[in-house]
Amino acid sequence: MLRLFSLLVFCLMSWHVAADDHLATAGNEQQAETTLASLLKQLPNTKLNKMAPLIKKIAATSAPQVPAILETLQAGELYYLKANKQLVHAQRTQHKKYDLTDLLSNAPLPSVTSSAIKKVRTNNRIRRQIGDLLSNMELNAKDPAIRLEAVKQLLDSPNKVGIKSVTLLHDNEPQSKIRELMSVVLAVEQLKAGTEAEKLAAVSILTGRLEPAVKNALVKALDNSTALSDKSELTRALSHAIDKIEQQGDLYQIADHLFFGLSLGSVLLLSAIGLAITFGVMGVINMAHGEMMMLGAYTTYVIQQTFPTLIEYSLLMAIPAAFVVSGLVGIIIERGVIRFLKGRPLETLLATFGISLILQQLVRTIFSPLNRQVEAPQWMSGSLDINPIFSLTYNRLYIILFALMVFFSLLMILKKSSLGLHVRAVSQNRDMARALSIKSSWVDAITFGLGSGIAGIAGVALSQLTNVGPNLGQAYIIDSFLVVVFGGVGNLWGTLVAAMTLGTFNKFLEPSMGPVLANIIVLVGLILFIQKRPKGLFPQKGRAAE
Amino acid sequence: MIVDSKGALLSSQDLNTKHGMILYVEGVSVSFDGFKALNDLNLYIKDGELRCLIGANGAGKTTLMDVITGKTRPDKGKVNFGQQIDLLTLNESEIARAGIGRKFQKPTVFEALSVFENIELSLSGDKGIYSTLFHKLSGAQKDKIEEVLYTIGLIAERNYPAGRLSHGQKQWLEIGMLLAAEPRLLLVDEPVAGMTAQETERTAELLTSLAGKHSVVVVEHDMAFVRSIARKVTVLHEGSVLAEGSMDEIQENRAVREVYLGEEQAEL
Amino acid sequence: MNTLLNYPVLKKLSSLHWVIAILFASTLYVTVCNLFFAEGTLLHVSDYTVSLLGKYLCYALLALAVDLVWGYCGILSLGHGAFFALGGYAMGMYLMRQIGDRGVYGNPELPDFMVFLNWTELPWYWAGSNNVLFMIVMVFVGPGLLAYLFGSLAFRSRVSGVYLSIMTQAMTYALLLSFFRNEMGFGGNNGLTDFKEIFAYSLQSPDTKLALFVATAIALAAGYAVSHFIMNSKMGRVITAIRDAEDRVRFVGYQPAHFKVWIFVVSAMLAGLAGALYVPQVGIINPGEFSPLNSIEIVIWVAVGGRGTLYGALIGAVVVSYAKTRFTAIMPEAWLFALGGLFVLSTLLLPKGLAGLLDKLLNQISPRQTETTANAEKPAAVEVK
Repeated sequence: MLRLFSLLVFCLMSWHVAADDHLATAGNEQQAETTLASLLKQLPNTKLNKMAPLIKKIAATSAPQVPAILETLQAGELYYLKANKQLVHAQRTQHKKYDLTDLLSNAPLPSVTSSAIKKVRTNNRIRRQIGDLLSNMELNAKDPAIRLEAVKQLLDSPNKVGIKSVTLLHDNEPQSKIRELMSVVLAVEQLKAGTEAEKLAAVSILTGRLEPAVKNALVKALDNSTALSDKSELTRALSHAIDKIEQQGDLYQIADHLFFGLSLGSVLLLSAIGLAITFGVMGVINMAHGEMMMLGAYTTYVIQQTFPTLIEYSLLMAIPAAFVVSGLVGIIIERGVIRFLKGRPLETLLATFGISLILQQLVRTIFSPLNRQVEAPQWMSGSLDINPIFSLTYNRLYIILFALMVFFSLLMILKKSSLGLHVRAVSQNRDMARALSIKSSWVDAITFGLGSGIAGIAGVALSQLTNVGPNLGQAYIIDSFLVVVFGGVGNLWGTLVAAMTLGTFNKFLEPSMGPVLANIIVLVGLILFIQKRPKGLFPQKGRAAE
Repeated sequence: MIVDSKGALLSSQDLNTKHGMILYVEGVSVSFDGFKALNDLNLYIKDGELRCLIGANGAGKTTLMDVITGKTRPDKGKVNFGQQIDLLTLNESEIARAGIGRKFQKPTVFEALSVFENIELSLSGDKGIYSTLFHKLSGAQKDKIEEVLYTIGLIAERNYPAGRLSHGQKQWLEIGMLLAAEPRLLLVDEPVAGMTAQETERTAELLTSLAGKHSVVVVEHDMAFVRSIARKVTVLHEGSVLAEGSMDEIQENRAVREVYLGEEQAEL
Repeated sequence: MNTLLNYPVLKKLSSLHWVIAILFASTLYVTVCNLFFAEGTLLHVSDYTVSLLGKYLCYALLALAVDLVWGYCGILSLGHGAFFALGGYAMGMYLMRQIGDRGVYGNPELPDFMVFLNWTELPWYWAGSNNVLFMIVMVFVGPGLLAYLFGSLAFRSRVSGVYLSIMTQAMTYALLLSFFRNEMGFGGNNGLTDFKEIFAYSLQSPDTKLALFVATAIALAAGYAVSHFIMNSKMGRVITAIRDAEDRVRFVGYQPAHFKVWIFVVSAMLAGLAGALYVPQVGIINPGEFSPLNSIEIVIWVAVGGRGTLYGALIGAVVVSYAKTRFTAIMPEAWLFALGGLFVLSTLLLPKGLAGLLDKLLNQISPRQTETTANAEKPAAVEVK
């Protein structure tokens, strides 16, 4: 057990570090800053017609504050104090009242009325100049990530100055990825206004690019060229390129569904896996299983409330805590109720359903019936961009990895540990196991605790995906049972396959018929399937299974 | 096929046993997860015969019963009842109505019902839905029930819930239920397990008296009991027939001595 | 209970007579007191009480339906609410059409929600919904057909026990999701409501309410008589036998699947009837009736009352529903605690429910039936597998 946890914690930590990885900032900028300061001093005294060269000089310093300063100027929020000509960033709060911050240091200053400050004047031409300078500066930035972003933006909304600088910068760009994208930008331009030969060359560059802007440009070019001649080389090249892009688009569409399907499947797996133990291995019907997940989710909430400064680590703390909370509740339920109903599954079903109602109401009484907000740590947000039309969101990615980790840890526990051996022994032949001096009642309690504890862990994961409320568990209980039965009771691998199949199936149906209908179809399909094959996908064979 | 969908035409009287054989089991194999429970097994039961099946645990005795009564489908082979009825095409209840009765290893009776009602449900006759809904017991049927109750010695307990009977009485009740169905072939799995010596003796008498009118196949571990009733014994080993003959022949059979009787010779 | 049904002496004084007598007496009492005693007098039964009692009787009929399959045949259905709701929808469709052009949009043909969805004509499955006879047929055919399809699939492939329970729950859940969809044409989320009249009598009038109550009592008595007849026939014994030893039944020559399907369909029809009588009395039917929680609540009525006894189901439904009414009025917070506790305690401590307790008491009063007592004390014998 301990091993499982250290593994979990370790893995989560390493993701955390990777996600938090900041890029190093650029080196010595001292000199640039002093030049900037002296240039800025000229601002209040410069006349409007002398403004353009001054701004050009300011931009040329390429100090890190320049973009922010130019943006302030562009937005008309750059003022200076009449008293000492200090430059400030002013924002009007109410009538004739302004909040000030120092332009360079960003330090807050006492707010003043409009009479104490004066605006640095600009006009449309200067504002446009600033805009061009800004985008150019980003294209010239030292940080390749900013450059890449700037090129991407240029691709989506091209402007003349930007394209001019790209033309100049292209050959000297050190990063191949950015250079490639730059040539795409240029190719799109060529496609708009080049000669026939240039257009053909452009098409060959653009073939296979997945950026939406590229496809739009190609389609537009095709529309224009078909107007001219039907079977020119260009037309064929264009339609070929579009076909290829569309094919790839379809492929990634499928990959996208698959990813969503797998992540839904992982949620199903997490919720079903504890049940696969209590129901599949022990044969106990626990209708309060969903409420064990709910307890796990609420444990996460309580931990975030108790340690509000440690949100980043809250999930790591919640995992063992939820395991313990749900596990203990599970053991109490087993000792208090279920063991008296041994061999009477339908009664067990009813009694545990009663327990689920009590737990729901308990949570409602303690935490209110409203949903509670569980925060997502930073490292769970964002996404991993594979290409312009396909990206994996981190929270779903982590859920998939997490579900698989829980699954395989559990598999190891059942296969390799002595607890696992005892559990399997008791589930196959209780009397014989007892004769071999295995304490079957103890094994029952621990197994049930294990199953419930895993449900608690699933609850931690669910708290990141859905609303945490008293009904959280109810929503999953039917699905979880169906997953276990579909996979074949007593077969953990079956549960894995079943969960992933159902998740994927659901997500592939969803786009064409909406989530509700997809859900209904999957449910009905499952009902029919199980009636045809009552023992699920992977039935246990042999006489022992009778 | 002489069976309609409800099996109504099937009655043991129509059974064609022209060659004197009532049950043909030919080349039957069954495997569970690679384990061969039955392996190319052949067995023929004569009309009116009393046959004992013996064999170590796992020799395939119960699986054979399961195949004959339709609970387990064989991987290959043929199972015929009389000349014409292919048992492999029928389900359990159709096979029961065709005239094959089975007693389980563990006595199973309807515990919530009275002894009388247990026998009533087992009587031969139409077992469809509407005939049971509007069923009234005829005088002849009542007499039949009385007769069965008398045979199995449970007249005094007729109104007891079956769940209250002793283990031995439940075994008897189950045999009684078989008798009420008037089968041509009775399959009896370990009838004397858990019985007292006296009860065992009465069971032996009963089974012997049944032979002739019915064919009876008995699976039993109790060698003394087998010896007391059997005219012909079949020894199963690892899913197929090892030897067949009278008890004396079996005892003399070398193969049997080696694989099965070896450890129990002292008893015999 | 078998204890009562098994013994010839008691068979003559069967629960059927008692139940019908009690039903008749209480219906008569309520009717007389509602009609002939003025408000404020001691004996007056208010209109509110009348429709509340009507609701309880619908629940009792529903509980009876569940008892037939669970108590006698061992099929724990966690989806009987679906049959109830389907019966209710059949009635609701009829009542919807009776509104005519008095709806908000004043469309004489289409119910309001269809006008709202810009539908121009009735969907095909609403055809005939304004015909009384057709409605009555549908109240039985709808639930019966669903039960037949589900049952013949499940019972033929020998899905049983917990698996079956989960399947039934999934069935009602799938229906819940379906009926929430506007495209289904049953009013989506809001269901069917704003009914005006039934058979041309205003649903608001106290007389109609009283009549509906009496009709429910009659339906319950009839349902009880039918169930009693089935359970005391040879078929009833086959069904009980299936519950206790399905394999044995099969080897005796019955087809358990046929019997199970049959009783499941009968039970679904009774549930449908209960739903049809319920809807005009509460004035609404919506997808919430399909929720798995509702179905499982029915099961707890039967468990508390005592499964395997027809009258136990009635007692359970009325007692638990009454407790719910009181609880939710006094301290709504506590109701789920109480309901949950009931589930746990009744399964742990009262495996035979209130009826079992009643049996015991009766036996203590008349010690002559020692055998009955002995049977009642024997625990494992009639356990449902």
